[in-house]
Amino acid sequence: MIRRSLILDVLIDLIVRTAFVFSVFLLFAGHNAPGGGFIAGLVFGIALILKYVAGGIDELRAVLTVNPETLLGVGLSLALLTGVAGRIWGESFLESTIVDAELPILGVVKVTSALPFDIGVFIVVVGLTAALVTSLGEKASDR
Amino acid sequence: MIPVLVFVAALALVCGLAGERLGRRTLLVGALAPAAMIAWLLSVDLGPSDEVVSRHTWLPAIGFDIDFRLDGLGALMVALVGGIGVLVFVYAWGDFDHREGLGRFTAHLVMFSGAMFGLVVADNLLLLFVFWELTSITSYLLIGFQDDSAAARAGALQALLVTGVGGLAMLGGIVLVAQAGDTYSLSDLLADPPSTVAAGTGLALVLVGAFTKSAQFPFHFWLPGAMAAPTPVSAYLHSATMVKAGIYLIARFAPVYAALLTWWRPTMVTVGLVTMLVGGWRALAQRDLKLLLAQGTVSQLGFIVILVGVGIPELTFAGMAMILAHAVFKAALFMVAGIVDHQAHTRDIQRLSRLGAVMPMTFAVAAVAAASMAGIPALLGFVSKEAALEGLVHERLWFVAAGVVAGSALTVAYGLRFLWGGFVSTADDGVEDPVGPEVPPPRLGFLTGPALLVLLTIVAGVAPGVVDGAVVDAARSVDAAAGEFHLAAWHGFGAPLGLSALAVALGWLLWRRPLTYLRGLTTRAPDATRVYAAVLTGINRQAARVTSVLQGGSLPVYLGVIMSVTVIAPAVLMTRHWIPIPDLVLAESPVQAVTALVVMAAAIGTVNARRRLAAVLFLGAVGYGVAVLFVIQGAPDLALTQLLIETLVLALFILVLRLLPERFEVVRSRIRHFARLAISIGMGLTAGAFALWAAAGRVHPSLAGEFLARAEPEAGGKNVVNVILTDFRALDTLGEITVLAVVAMGVMALVLARRPGEDVDAPLGDDVTEPSA
Repeated sequence: MIRRSLILDVLIDLIVRTAFVFSVFLLFAGHNAPGGGFIAGLVFGIALILKYVAGGIDELRAVLTVNPETLLGVGLSLALLTGVAGRIWGESFLESTIVDAELPILGVVKVTSALPFDIGVFIVVVGLTAALVTSLGEKASDR
Repeated sequence: MIPVLVFVAALALVCGLAGERLGRRTLLVGALAPAAMIAWLLSVDLGPSDEVVSRHTWLPAIGFDIDFRLDGLGALMVALVGGIGVLVFVYAWGDFDHREGLGRFTAHLVMFSGAMFGLVVADNLLLLFVFWELTSITSYLLIGFQDDSAAARAGALQALLVTGVGGLAMLGGIVLVAQAGDTYSLSDLLADPPSTVAAGTGLALVLVGAFTKSAQFPFHFWLPGAMAAPTPVSAYLHSATMVKAGIYLIARFAPVYAALLTWWRPTMVTVGLVTMLVGGWRALAQRDLKLLLAQGTVSQLGFIVILVGVGIPELTFAGMAMILAHAVFKAALFMVAGIVDHQAHTRDIQRLSRLGAVMPMTFAVAAVAAASMAGIPALLGFVSKEAALEGLVHERLWFVAAGVVAGSALTVAYGLRFLWGGFVSTADDGVEDPVGPEVPPPRLGFLTGPALLVLLTIVAGVAPGVVDGAVVDAARSVDAAAGEFHLAAWHGFGAPLGLSALAVALGWLLWRRPLTYLRGLTTRAPDATRVYAAVLTGINRQAARVTSVLQGGSLPVYLGVIMSVTVIAPAVLMTRHWIPIPDLVLAESPVQAVTALVVMAAAIGTVNARRRLAAVLFLGAVGYGVAVLFVIQGAPDLALTQLLIETLVLALFILVLRLLPERFEVVRSRIRHFARLAISIGMGLTAGAFALWAAAGRVHPSLAGEFLARAEPEAGGKNVVNVILTDFRALDTLGEITVLAVVAMGVMALVLARRPGEDVDAPLGDDVTEPSA
């Protein structure tokens, strides 16, 4: 059992929650403002590392209920399927389309098919950091 | 044809997913796949042109199109794949008890049937190759179904490697032939066959593939090894369908190329005859009913290769009849062997004792099937064999006829051995645990499959008219002249009947007096299985040797090699093509200058640090400094990414540092010290010079303006960096995230791997044992 510091725990918990929300913001804002799937994935990944720093591998596992391998597979498949959809409904592989959708509360939202692709990138990057932290973290806790 | 394939693929998915819930019934669900093929075959009308075509352009640049074409031969093959498929699935339902992995097994069997279907209707050679390889892969999975058995794993690997090597040769051959003929379409190629040296070489390679698939000498040994497969698999793949794939391909090419290439006929006759005799001879020595049948199948395949390979119309026609007859009787015999195994729990001839008394129905079915195989009149096997012998007599191919008679005699002999040893004789003296009267007879439903096949054998033997149309269509589709012949139940008294009778008589003698002294000689002959094992062991040993040289395990050596190459290659290039660098600006603003100085100082700090942690922190400072430089240049996305990556890397470094000593080891050797110094300085200079050189070497105008102009209207995004990543260059991004995923898996595997010794996965070499043939 590692030594815990209450202040660190509370602070990190606060930061981590903020970071999770922030990463989602970056993901969706990415098409028009700085951000995007890659950056959002990194922010999410760093939040995972903070979680590990505060609570060790067990705490990280509690947050990360999915296997890193699953994340990698889901992310890659999502990106690939977006591309295939472009081939089926469009001219070529990965061709993008723009859809204007009117949603309650949010009003008119412009969505491009690059968004699911970017979400795929996001999930892969989260999967990568999760894979690195869990494997390296687990190895380190062996000692 | 595409709907059938889509249906089969979906069905495979359903069987795989629902297998655990459905239990044995999964196999009945799987039977829908071959049933769909039969239904489709009945629904299509071949029409006046004798073909049904479906064409879709896919990759026109390399000639890879989704072209399907069904003609007479294709229809015959589809009938076999579908018809025997249904019976095999039903048979497997009776054979299998519920066990783990049944869903997976069914899914693989369904996938195999789909691959086989695609193979015989594909009209594009590359498409055909894809299905060809799919049958190899599914066959591997099916043979190795009992993955806890070393024999099953070895047999599966052997089948995969042998047919895989053949497949590779075939791919090369296909490319050569198609380049020579300027088309990948099978029908176009055969309509206008190229006969250049390249085309000839290509065809020779295609034949290597066909020979490996159809278990021809000297590649025949994988088929007996594959008998570790569950019996339904053997009945389906190893008698009726997959091993016929090579013959199918030969039948397509032979009528055209037998006359064009001088080596074609001698090769076919030699390979076929040797295979026929070797297989028959080996079958005679088997104690295991299934191995006996496997060797017998090798022999029969050799026979069919002769018939369809020589490209003579009458023999081509006989070959088609033989393909059908063999599939029907051999599948039935395999199923019988499986029934015996299921009821008596052994297939050993020496232990089986008078099974015919306890399971008379099974015995009767086996007897008729074996009689058909031996060429006894009023059975389909006789009808097709007579057609073959008549063709040989007409063409005055006496040498071949003599070989075929010898092979047929062996067939009669091992057929008798199968029946006598399996059902009539008592167990051998000295066998400790004979099985006999206590064996329960099989459920009647279990016998349905072989019984129906045997029924077809009898009906078609008495009235060949029921199958004549299909055989004639098949023959005509490869060679118009071959469609002029018809099957006959009785050819009258003549030379063919005499040869048949001679074969039966010789076979009887051979069975009564097995030439034991000859057997002693042949057991000492080099065994193909042993050659295979020796080659594989040799390759493994060489690979280990090469790996130990190239990958010694020293990280400094790896880095040294990588960095030396990184320094030398661009340095050579730059000194040869140096571009004058335009006037350089030292710094654009004071902030930039200060940041640059901080980065430099941190870099110097990194290389001088004694503690690992200090070095990592200095390195982090370098990274953050570069991020600041990006901000100054007005690239927020880049800066943000750089910042986050630095943070991530820093955190990961610290995770790793806990496993390493606190300080760097001191390099005592002067030579190594100077080597490191030289590489480091060279790396720094090259990287700097390269950046200047690359920036000065721009030939084309920058794409930036176009990307900026098109980002908002075409891709609907204001952030051009993101638009490039997710739209303009999305394919690159897809590639990059694939690399990320692979790296993640690699890191996990490396970090969590155990040291050799406590390792769970044994080296590949362990599976390279000889299958129990």
